[in-house]
Amino acid sequence: MIRTERLTFAYAGDADILHEINLKIEKGSFTAVLGRNGSGKSTLARLFNAILLPSGGVVYVKGMNTRDESHILDIRSDVGMVFQNPDNQIVAAVVEDEIAFAPENLGVEPREIRRRVDECLRTVGMEEYAKSSPSDLSGGQKQKIAVASVLAMEPECIVLDEPTAMLDPKGRAEIMETIKMLRREKGITIILITHYMDEAVQADRTIVTDGGKIIFDGTPKEVFKNVERLKEIGLDVPQAAELAYELRKSGVDIPPDILDVDECVACLTGLLGGLHD
Amino acid sequence: MNILIGQYFSGKSPVHRLDPRIKIILTIVYLMLVFTADKAVSYIILTVYTITLVIICGIPIRLMLRSIRPMLWIFFFTAVVNLFTVPGNTFFSIPFFKLTVTYEGIAAAVSISIRLLLLVEGASLLTLTTKPLALTDGIERLLSPLRKIKVPTQEIAMMMTIAIRFIPTLAEEADKICKAQLARGASFESGNIINRAKVAIPLIIPLLIGAFRRADALAMAMDARCYNGGKRTKMHEMKITELDIEASAVFAVCAAILLIAEFAIEF
Repeated sequence: MIRTERLTFAYAGDADILHEINLKIEKGSFTAVLGRNGSGKSTLARLFNAILLPSGGVVYVKGMNTRDESHILDIRSDVGMVFQNPDNQIVAAVVEDEIAFAPENLGVEPREIRRRVDECLRTVGMEEYAKSSPSDLSGGQKQKIAVASVLAMEPECIVLDEPTAMLDPKGRAEIMETIKMLRREKGITIILITHYMDEAVQADRTIVTDGGKIIFDGTPKEVFKNVERLKEIGLDVPQAAELAYELRKSGVDIPPDILDVDECVACLTGLLGGLHD
Repeated sequence: MNILIGQYFSGKSPVHRLDPRIKIILTIVYLMLVFTADKAVSYIILTVYTITLVIICGIPIRLMLRSIRPMLWIFFFTAVVNLFTVPGNTFFSIPFFKLTVTYEGIAAAVSISIRLLLLVEGASLLTLTTKPLALTDGIERLLSPLRKIKVPTQEIAMMMTIAIRFIPTLAEEADKICKAQLARGASFESGNIINRAKVAIPLIIPLLIGAFRRADALAMAMDARCYNGGKRTKMHEMKITELDIEASAVFAVCAAILLIAEFAIEF
């Protein structure tokens, strides 16, 4: 779906924000990109749909080079992007007009736009708000509208740049559900930029960036084993993983790749049961 | 927070349901008719028309009168100027100021007041019965022939839409900044005008910087959704309905009656 070759990015005269990144995102996959502020994760996202162009190396989207001006609309409609602040990405004053914005830009027929708007609103479960004003919606609802407005381009991939950073826990959970549903039911490739560990563990691939480089790339279980290194670069690890790590350090025999609470409970009860025998 | 944008008064009257393009055109013609009218009979007919229209729209008189309030000084000024400057048969004079009020002057003051009143009320009816977005949409479509001479009508309409969309967002932000400054001891209500202008600065600067930041993010979000300044399609198509044709016909008949009265009756 997306492939980068020795991708480097820097603003004119500044140090590299990203340095020689080689990456391949498979179609239909769910990848989380983790990193602290300034690690280059948002920059990486913006290079995926030609909002930024590489200063060195190449980004290919479905084989199209993002530098190629003639493919720019194809690339942007194939790789949709949802941003952090819902208030700063909504253009229209009515929800359904917002969803219609992208297809209108692409010159889609009015009847087809109508169909897409209704379908996208249904997909994110916001059909009853079609005529509302976005300013009357909650943060989570606004972000769902932002997702729907990207869906209206019928993209194969959606990049979400910290979509839950400004939401309350309920809104965060709703957005995560929506993202996973899109992948499950529509086979859309998901790239989630985040700094929440609990979101990253829900992906099937986790990439950790630091100082413009990829330092870990693998399944969440593989990545979160590296508790010490992750803490060193200022990232949290899921609580369960941290507990397992500390226990191992004090000599308890517990697997190193524990991520969620249930797994942790199962292991601990197993261990404690063993002690009682 | 609930902020009223424009002065739209929601309703289901036939006027509300008209195509905004037709409404804009008819309003312009109406304004031209008011300017043409010069005789008492025409003013009477126009006043009757306007009152009838207000009743059809179902807009409370209180709301109609509110639109005049900012214009009161202009009303007063033009009436007074006319009262004292139009030459003719003297009604009374104030020798000390060398001012003369004539019968013609009184007539002119009354008619100019009625004319201004009709102009303001007619234009208000358009904004009272049409949503701001429908209005910008209508203006865009009416101006679309100008695209041929490279007037960026779609871009202008997009700017107006975004402006309308951001009014509540920015108002909310202004409220937040205001509270933040109050919490630090700023006082927005006391002092003379100069002082109050001074304390407004810490309110305006953050608001402005915030607006620029938002504009930047919004531009990126628009880019990401393929906004390219090229030809766009529209989900909502505007269609001239039977209602529009009927309304235009009624309007034409009324206009004809008015013009006949204006040019055929001698008073």
